[in-house]
This record gives sequence, structure tokens and C-alpha cells, in this order.
Amino acid sequence: MDASIASLPPQPGRNLHRFANPGRFLRISGRVLPVVAVLGLGLTLTGVVWGLFFAPADWQQGDAVRIMYVHVPSAWLASFGYMSLAVCSVLSLVWRHPLADLAAAEIGPVGAAFTALCLATGSLWGKPMWGAWWVWDARLTSVLVLFFLYLGHVALVRAFDDPQRGYRAGAILALIGVVNLPIIKFSVDWWNTLHQAATIKFTGAPTMYVGMLWPLLLCALGFSFGFVAIVLARTRAAVMERRIRGLLMARAQEADAA
Amino acid sequence: MTHLTYIMAAYGLAVLVGTVFSVDAWTRMNRARRRLAAIDPRASRI
Repeated sequence: MDASIASLPPQPGRNLHRFANPGRFLRISGRVLPVVAVLGLGLTLTGVVWGLFFAPADWQQGDAVRIMYVHVPSAWLASFGYMSLAVCSVLSLVWRHPLADLAAAEIGPVGAAFTALCLATGSLWGKPMWGAWWVWDARLTSVLVLFFLYLGHVALVRAFDDPQRGYRAGAILALIGVVNLPIIKFSVDWWNTLHQAATIKFTGAPTMYVGMLWPLLLCALGFSFGFVAIVLARTRAAVMERRIRGLLMARAQEADAA
Repeated sequence: MTHLTYIMAAYGLAVLVGTVFSVDAWTRMNRARRRLAAIDPRASRI
């Protein structure tokens, strides 16, 4: 090896390509997926049963507060999913990480479904509590924009005959849409909204009764593992489908040459 | 339990979304694995 090349300092992002190998990804994800799926199912079931049957009702909201145990985790995952979409977009645009494109294409529909679930469960809570299915409140509107960003990404990735162009366009849209995440987070602080302010913060103790906090955290963890399991399974399928297409193309070219 | 209809609708939607996406991902992954193993026997170890 050329001594000048051997002495080059390691470049940022080089280690990422160790995980870009589809075979390695399939091997590692094949071991991780069952664990993540079982954790997701177990934690979600525990949290839901605790929240539905053992957690106390709220003194003001009554039992409608139990909608929180599915609404809040889906809201967190809507934002988390979009952040992971943006990370995949950076990996794709900067380091041309081939698995990042496939992962981003698979995160889009799952994130859109969790955002729709967040909006729908929010509506189901809003009707008995606010007397309206929907209000053009800053938090609700910014989450609706997030839903449209997901739909735009899903459509854009599939809009081109050349998949690479679709992935690139989707990555650019995902990065532009990241600006919406702090708007969602701080909308309840920046504007006078009907939606309540955050009760769980990184900077202070939660202002929620501990008997409600634990099932909520269990549901959030369970939903997160479930989200990761679904995305992992879809990405594994996408990697194998791409390999099938490649093998069939190679065989067709060999047959043509013969 | 108060507001039971709204609570059942919210949990029903959550179960529906989770089940549809999980079953779809699982069947798609197994279908791809079977097709790949049929084309490339080395891939049957995945």
C-alpha cells in the first residue's frame, strides 16, 4: 500500500460504511429484530393494561385521560420518526450511505401512520374535553404540517423512475421539514394555545402524578421498540427485494449475452 | 368508566395501526426471504 495513503487520518463517516454492507445489516438486524419486537409488545401491553385498569382517573378529565397512554407516545414517535428520517437523509446526502436511502423510504409510511394516530387520538380526546374535534391551535396545526411532510416524502421517494433521484429529492424535503420539529415542541410556549404545555421536561421534574407517569413511560418505551421493530423488518425486506432485483437483472443480462 | 366510546375508539385505532403495519412488515420480510432463498441458496442462512 502507498505509504502516503496508509498514513491518512481516518475520515469522519468512514466507520458508517461498515454498516452499509447489506449482508452485515441483514445478519445483525436478524438477531436484533426478535428482541426489539418482543420488548415492544411486552412493554406496550404492560403499559396499556396499567393505564387502562390500574392508573387513576384525572380529577378534571375523568377517564378520558386514559387516551393519553396512546396519544402521547404516538406524538413523541411522530417527531422521533421524522428526526430519524432527517438523520438518514444526512447520511444519504453527505456519505452516500446506501442503507440510509432504503431506511428513509421505509420510515416515511410508518411515521405518517403514527402521526395520523396522534392526530386521531388527539381529536378523540378533544371532543369530550374541548367540545370540538379540531381547533386551529399552533400545536395541532404544526403536527398536521408534519403529517403532510411525511406524505410528501412518501410520494416524492416513489415519484421518479430512477430511485436514486427519488431518494435525493426525499432527503432534501426531509431536511427542510426538520424546521417544523422545534415549532411543534415549543408551539405551546411560543403561542397562547388550547393544547396544554409539556408536563414531562428534560429540565425539571414531571408535573404528573407518578401513578400516571409510569404507565405512560412504559407505553412510550413499548411504542418506540414497536416502531423500531416495524422499520427494521421493512428495511430488511427492502434490502432483500433490492438484492432479488439485482440478481434477476444479472441473470437477464447473462442470458442476453449468451 | 366515563367517555368509554372515545377511549375504545382511541385504543382500537392504535391496535389497528400497530397490527396492520406489523403484519404487513412481517409478511413482506418473509416473502422476500423465501424469494431470495429460491434465487440464491446462499441467502437461506439470513
